[in-house]
Amino acid sequence: MKIMHCPLNGPRNISEFVYGGDVRQMPQPDECTDKAWAEYVFYADNRAGVVTEWWLHTPSGYWFIAERHTVTDDIVRTYDASDMFQQRIDFMVAGSDKEEQ
Amino acid sequence: MPFSLLKFGLKSDYPFENDPDLPPPSELKRHYDVVIIGGGGHGVATAYYLAKYHGITNVAVLEKGYLGGGNTARNTAVIRSNYMTPQGVKFYAASVKLFQNLSHEFDFNIMYSERGQLTLAHTDATVRAFRQRAEVNKHFGGRTELIGPQEIRELVPTLNMNPAHLPVLAGLWHKDGATARHDAVAWGYAKGATQRGVELHQLTEVTDVDIQNGRVTGVHTNRGNISCGCVVQAVAGNSSLMAAKAGFRMPITTYPLQAMVTQPVKPFLDPLVSSSALHCYVQQTSRGEMVFGGGSDPYPLYNTRSTLELKESLLAHAIEMFPFMANLRLLRQWAGITDMTSDYSPIMGLSPVENYYLDAGWGTWGFKATPICGKTMAELVASGGVVPELIAPFAMSRFDTFKQVNEMGATAASH
Ligand SMILES: Cc1cc2nc3c(=O)[nH]c(=O)nc-3n(C[C@H](O)[C@H](O)[C@H](O)COP(=O)(O)OP(=O)(O)OC[C@H]3O[C@@H](n4cnc5c(N)ncnc54)[C@H](O)[C@@H]3O)c2cc1C
Repeated sequence: MKIMHCPLNGPRNISEFVYGGDVRQMPQPDECTDKAWAEYVFYADNRAGVVTEWWLHTPSGYWFIAERHTVTDDIVRTYDASDMFQQRIDFMVAGSDKEEQ
Repeated sequence: MPFSLLKFGLKSDYPFENDPDLPPPSELKRHYDVVIIGGGGHGVATAYYLAKYHGITNVAVLEKGYLGGGNTARNTAVIRSNYMTPQGVKFYAASVKLFQNLSHEFDFNIMYSERGQLTLAHTDATVRAFRQRAEVNKHFGGRTELIGPQEIRELVPTLNMNPAHLPVLAGLWHKDGATARHDAVAWGYAKGATQRGVELHQLTEVTDVDIQNGRVTGVHTNRGNISCGCVVQAVAGNSSLMAAKAGFRMPITTYPLQAMVTQPVKPFLDPLVSSSALHCYVQQTSRGEMVFGGGSDPYPLYNTRSTLELKESLLAHAIEMFPFMANLRLLRQWAGITDMTSDYSPIMGLSPVENYYLDAGWGTWGFKATPICGKTMAELVASGGVVPELIAPFAMSRFDTFKQVNEMGATAASH
């Protein structure tokens, strides 16, 4: 079994985890162009090298960040999302009044 | 001993014949009208049809490894047209037609074997989806029908009708379902193309792409730089990496797909059998081996390693379907890196670079498309960028206009 180190639960079998996609900036859905939205939703760097991604430890429902090498299949580093995000991020709700944000 | 055999044995060039399948390696020229990046089935098929139908022979196929050593040599060779959307069915049905005549066309046996494909439904929702697929397929000339448990038992007596406590309710029986030797397909196309003057350069990796004023003017390789009139990119799992060199991103993520094969046993299974609920498909090769595969790996990777996780889960499901297979020994497990799109349809046609054409997004389903893909890509190139109607729905720009061609349900576990 391949082992991943969960920042909350320690080393666990990789089968306990779910891949959640690249860590990337979401454009504001109300303001961005269709092309920018398509870029965000469908297009990908799909890089060969070290990538920074969201992962979920399913038994504990805990999301965290992993740095992983997509050629060697090595997990370089895993850490709590608070290491990267110091502030709460509020996403704009589509159609809501912008003044409220 | 027949006299002709003795004569053949005494020929001066025996054991090698005078007309080898492929010409010996040669130097790269400075310029080609068409450079095809990737010597998989798709790349050599495109070269073949360019030479055969359009008289375009100043063509180089550049392959970083060896002919057909990518996903072409790693797939499980399921050929079928029972997809979900009209665009998909029309396209794949045209490919199946070409496949049926390919051995004649090449004068080279690709061992095309039409055994039919049976996909199992374990829920009412799947039965409904199968009804739709059967009707769409029939409408576009395919042979597909919905069959019940009794007919399934007769077709595949060894199948467990209650695998993993998921009763088999119905089946999508696709008579056109077939399989063929994938290496023979690649070699048939390569031989036909090189005989007509196309150059196939193996061990030749494209390392960079020259772009000037939105047009490609040449490529760099480990054997030197060449200029070209246009480029066809057909590199499957490496699509995003190649596109990045040409300066754009693609809606593709690269995932490994694994498969495995057992020791040979007596022939007992004629059709190809698959179950999407069990993430498993099983078939018996003409040598008697059992080949089986399932869904893609759970996370993106550019690596063809095999995993114990997949071995365990896939074997468990295969044994649920055919319990006696628990007594067989595995011979091999392997993987390819597949270029997955989010709608499970390919990306064919134009790119943001004017004379740089795309043949990508073939994920886990592109072997069956090899002939039609080569034929339509050749038309695209020969016309200088007029997109053939058959492939227009698969333009990369469909993602910008939110017009995906959704084949996920008809692809995910049967390829
Ligand atoms: C395990 C498995 C099972 C599958 N089962 C099926 C199936 O049952 N039915 C089906 O229809 N499809 C199936 N597929 C998918 C199918 O194999 C592929 O979609 C198809 O073979 C793609 O063909 P290709 O010629 O585009 O790619 P490939 O055969 O992968 O060829 C691409 C070539 O490009 C070369 N290349 C990459 N980068 C460079 C570079 N920079 N310079 C030069 N050359 C380069 C590679 O070396 C490679 O040889 C399966 C795939 C896998 C992995």
